[in-house]
Amino acid sequence: MMMKTIMQFLAFIIFSSAVCADEVYDVLLDSMTDKNFVTVERLKQDELQAFCSQPRSVSADEARAAELRAAALSDVPIPSDQNYLGDWQRGEKVASNGRGLQYSDDPEQENGGNCYACHQLDPAEVAYGNLGPSLSGYGARGQSIAMLQYTWTKLWNTHAYNICSHMPRFGAAGILTEQQLRDVMAFLFDPQSPVNRTQP
Amino acid sequence: MNKGFVRGIFTVLIGLWSVTLLSDTEGVFDQYREMLGDDNPAIFVIFDGEEIWYAPAGPKSVSLEQCDLGLGPGVVEGAYAQLPRYFPDVDRVQDVEARLEYCMTQLQGLTPAEVHEKPYSLRGDLGTELEALVAWIADQSSGLVIAPGQAHAKERATYALGENLFYYRAGPHDFSCATCHEQTGRRIRLQALPNLTTHPGAAEAYSSWPAYRISQGIVRTMGWRMRDCMRQQRMPELIMGSQASVALQTYLAVNGAGASMAAPGLKR
Amino acid sequence: MASRMRIRAQLKEDYCEVKALMRHPMETGMRKDQSGAAIPANFIEDVQVLHNDAVVVQAYWGAAVSANPFLGVRFKGGAQGDVVKVVWRDNRGDSGSGETTIR
Repeated sequence: MMMKTIMQFLAFIIFSSAVCADEVYDVLLDSMTDKNFVTVERLKQDELQAFCSQPRSVSADEARAAELRAAALSDVPIPSDQNYLGDWQRGEKVASNGRGLQYSDDPEQENGGNCYACHQLDPAEVAYGNLGPSLSGYGARGQSIAMLQYTWTKLWNTHAYNICSHMPRFGAAGILTEQQLRDVMAFLFDPQSPVNRTQP
Repeated sequence: MNKGFVRGIFTVLIGLWSVTLLSDTEGVFDQYREMLGDDNPAIFVIFDGEEIWYAPAGPKSVSLEQCDLGLGPGVVEGAYAQLPRYFPDVDRVQDVEARLEYCMTQLQGLTPAEVHEKPYSLRGDLGTELEALVAWIADQSSGLVIAPGQAHAKERATYALGENLFYYRAGPHDFSCATCHEQTGRRIRLQALPNLTTHPGAAEAYSSWPAYRISQGIVRTMGWRMRDCMRQQRMPELIMGSQASVALQTYLAVNGAGASMAAPGLKR
Repeated sequence: MASRMRIRAQLKEDYCEVKALMRHPMETGMRKDQSGAAIPANFIEDVQVLHNDAVVVQAYWGAAVSANPFLGVRFKGGAQGDVVKVVWRDNRGDSGSGETTIR
């Protein structure tokens, strides 16, 4: 137990002494330039990003991880009318749309969730990524309040449950609107949604 | 044989077909490559690049013939495979693009602003001079071992910086290079993602850029690839030849060191 | 100006295989550039493969063929040393060609 702590401490020191986060930020400021509506402001890290900017092999500070998880969880808002489910057809569009917030995008257009970049959803759709687990048949989990809140929280800020996950904070970072998130929820939960189709 | 059974078999076949399709994401391009043989439309761009190197240009009306890419003035063969490296005349580590900028400003009298105005093609363009130069210079290292400089302290520091940049999460989506490129066997939609933290993945990536991009009909450089990754990560624009660009390329080149260059490559 | 075609002709079993890589933007006319202006159509319409001056392949192309097109054809009756030529003409009236001998 002591040995493990010493090794973690050494790994932390060795890793962080080479280059510190401030230097990386300064280099980036020097190496990038504003483009259209995207500015170098985006290079500034918040606490979560700074904490999560390490290779998988480096052991994380468990206490700090717990703090950040708790903070993420406490900030998740419940939908204003307790209604978690929107329209799955609109949700499907949000899941297929990979645009939004790039300097090549039109800032007047709504952002997409780009869910298919990382997840399987509709089993009939073959063009899906595998950075995240398959979500086909998600509706089989049922619509208990616990399941709805869990899923809503994952979409809003996945770090509430899975600290340093690579999934974006669709709600907390303002990528998708509340309505879009409800629509994505419906795409996942609605028995009529293609995500839950059992026949090809 | 009832309907349910037939349906079940059908589902299994669709599943198997999908798996084959997905595990063979490059299959269509492999066939194209086989037909093409060693013909790569990049050959035309390489010819252009060679012409541009030897053509007098800029206010001083001088060619790039005396440009030192690391192996001495005018020595192009083998130079790309040893970049990025430390250059004493500027006291920093440079990649091929930073070095070309230096030569264009020093030898030809161009201003940095002129060099940075439009290094990469935009939609509808048929290729830029920089893209052609990099295509030719990289071709002059084809088949040679990737061996970026790591003897100098600044070269090693650049690698460490590159590694930190690789894991730096920022922007509204919290993306870092690692988000997509730190695991093996992953893909985004149907585009395979090499694991750049390992030797095989880094070698595959670093050896095949610059590349002729079939979908764009032009040659794209590694510097452009980094810029375009950053755009998709929701970051602002990466400056050509900047410290971050050089450091990230150094990280890739060192991880891929020992493999052979095979550029310009051929990509979708 | 450097050559706009790379052409090779090789005798194989009982046919001759011709491979020609042509440099041409094959612009469909449907694309817009960064400023939003339409890029004018510019594509190869006509391709001929000639063996000792006789047309052995006649192709009619259009906007659907991609940029820097690659053509691979096989024909019978060629012998080593014969001349093979590929000629193209585009919608603007421009033309290009390449010539080689069969190996």
